[in-house]
Amino acid sequence: MTNAVLRQSVLIRGGTVVDASGSRVADVLVGSDGMIEAVGEGLKGDLELDAGGCIVSPGFVDLHTHLREPGKEEAETIESGSRGGALGGFTALVAMPNTTPPMDCVGVVRDVIELGKTALTDIFPSAAITVGRAGEQLSPMAELAKLGVRIFTDDGTGVQDDLLMKRALEYSVGLAPFTGGASVVLAQHCEVAALSDGGFMHEGEWSSRLGIPGQPAEAEELMVMRDIALAKSTGARVHFQHMSTAGSVSLIRAAKAAGLPVTAEATTHHFTLTDAACASFDTVFKVHPPLRTDADVAAVKVGLADGTIDAIATDHAPHCAHDKEQPFDSAPPGMLGLETALALALTELDQPVEKVVGLLSWQAAKIAGIDDVHGCPIEPGRPANITVFDPAEAWTIDSSSFASKSTNCPYEGHNVKGRVRHTIVNGEPVVIDQEATR
Amino acid sequence: MTPKHLLSIDDLGREGIEEILGLTDSFVEVSARRIPKVPALRGKNIAWLFYEDSTRTRLSFETAAKRLSADTMNFSVGSSSVNKGESLRDTCLTISAMGVDAIVVRHRSAGVPWQIANWIDASVINAGDGWHEHPTQALLDTYTLRSHLGDLDGRHIAIVGDIKHSRVARSNLAAFTALGAEVTMVAPQTLLPPSLEGWNANVSHDLDAVLPTVDAIYLLRMQLERQTDALVPTLREYTDGYGLTTQRLAALGEKALIMHPGPMNRGVEICPEAADDPRSVITEQVANGVAVRMSVLFLLLGSGAEHEAGGLS
Repeated sequence: MTNAVLRQSVLIRGGTVVDASGSRVADVLVGSDGMIEAVGEGLKGDLELDAGGCIVSPGFVDLHTHLREPGKEEAETIESGSRGGALGGFTALVAMPNTTPPMDCVGVVRDVIELGKTALTDIFPSAAITVGRAGEQLSPMAELAKLGVRIFTDDGTGVQDDLLMKRALEYSVGLAPFTGGASVVLAQHCEVAALSDGGFMHEGEWSSRLGIPGQPAEAEELMVMRDIALAKSTGARVHFQHMSTAGSVSLIRAAKAAGLPVTAEATTHHFTLTDAACASFDTVFKVHPPLRTDADVAAVKVGLADGTIDAIATDHAPHCAHDKEQPFDSAPPGMLGLETALALALTELDQPVEKVVGLLSWQAAKIAGIDDVHGCPIEPGRPANITVFDPAEAWTIDSSSFASKSTNCPYEGHNVKGRVRHTIVNGEPVVIDQEATR
Repeated sequence: MTPKHLLSIDDLGREGIEEILGLTDSFVEVSARRIPKVPALRGKNIAWLFYEDSTRTRLSFETAAKRLSADTMNFSVGSSSVNKGESLRDTCLTISAMGVDAIVVRHRSAGVPWQIANWIDASVINAGDGWHEHPTQALLDTYTLRSHLGDLDGRHIAIVGDIKHSRVARSNLAAFTALGAEVTMVAPQTLLPPSLEGWNANVSHDLDAVLPTVDAIYLLRMQLERQTDALVPTLREYTDGYGLTTQRLAALGEKALIMHPGPMNRGVEICPEAADDPRSVITEQVANGVAVRMSVLFLLLGSGAEHEAGGLS
């Protein structure tokens, strides 16, 4: 909002407003102060954006973005990633901490916050649970919380040591004095290393056939079980990242039914792709946790439909072409996601648009602890973080047109529906008519 | 139809396998000549790209290429640009730029031959990729089996041992069953693939029950490190349950064949008596390996015209 004084008011005209309170046809006027000024009819603004046939929703929040900065700026930067995010309808990105150096101390996190100020979206850094993400010593969680960190994760790996994880959860409970009262959440990349290390795809029918060492479903599920037990004993919030197996979905469903403070996300690729894709040996399909089976995909979809899984996350993981062009066992895991998430959710989930938007927006915002700024109802006085998309527009995915600096998109050539038209971040239209404005 | 690459047995199918085996007869004949050399691939350039140690497969390919008068070049991974950090793709592009007609590759990672085939124009021959495939081994094994048993339709073959980690097992299963044989895989559960869905094979943990019913027993090399990986408690226990011991040798049918891809661990998966038994065709497998690889190279690199015009003369 640094240049808010220079801004004009923006009128989003002719769309259907969808937020947590329901949907209605209305124009939305965004004031030059970056806040929503009015919602209704007969409004006028300096700049008018056409939303005919479109949904006007609270901006999307990605709980799981790898922006690669600092350390791997040739694959992505905070700027390029945020541009991709904005084009995908995201107004806020939670940056994962597996950078080089990792986001495990005040210096690096402060740097990311600083770099994030010029991004097209809001950037909320997560921070590592353990120093160096090495699983041995707790990071200075209170200091980091004071800087604004609300999600702690060693993403890329899970915290293997049971006692250390228990201590981290216990410690997280008492951080309110450092956050101004807000709670923090520990987000887990669930993978028991002893079972999954040395594996490069889901262990099952396809890994057996292809002779690729596997990562079994139970490697994920055992850590989900452990952390549910720890959430119960500590009372601390646990968020399960990129849930990929039917067993994990069942475990989380039961934990929620028991009233435990757990939440979960699923990535777009875990509800759209299966391990069969690895038969091409195309390393674009190598990802952690790995693509699973049809039954797992179906279970993740049910989890998204029945509320077991709270949010769709991208796990956007850019990699340079030369890093991906390696043998399957040595290529780095990960795939792009920011610019395709909405379309895949609308195309593949078979859910009403209100539901999809909830999964992408306010439900994610709540987990990230940013629901005072993102995912808010579209009503006067709220920060104008808004996504306008045409749920019916058909298009063909072409990674060469992406804003991301990388092209490791597993959906090349897929025909999908649903496309972002405009994205407004803190009152600034950063995407107008499918083009980033800066 | 002439295939461009030899990546997997499944790509060949029954017809493709039979074509190669048919062609192999001629090369067995060539190999028996006083001067076992034909000019069929004169002027063709073949590169060996072995990222994993291999003595027998490389020597076998090398011999096959020489008998066909091809030029060869060896990309020695240990003392090359790979040690300087060159990527697999750059290595392949470099070799390709020198002008090669085929790259014969072995790599520890499954799928590498497929990746290379996408990167360069030359023919790619899979000489073993990870635990995945080893098609020329399967072809030479199939040729050996057929030369003793004739048609494989309805024959019963046991593949015994570390199937999980074996590219030989995967390719052989595909080849044997493509020609109509019935295959039983015999191994402790820890040495079977995690899933057998889609596998056209019987599974048994009881070698003694399977043994009397087989036309051939194919023993896989038991890698010594499987013991430290907790896949078997001890090698002694493995031998006791799954080795071809002297007692089991007595229970094996009189005409049943004993096969092994080598190198053998005598006393572990195979007792010395079995290795040297008259029913053992293990050295024959090696000899046939050269002829089969001549067929493969000739089929991929020799033009059909040369073939019909008597390129073998």
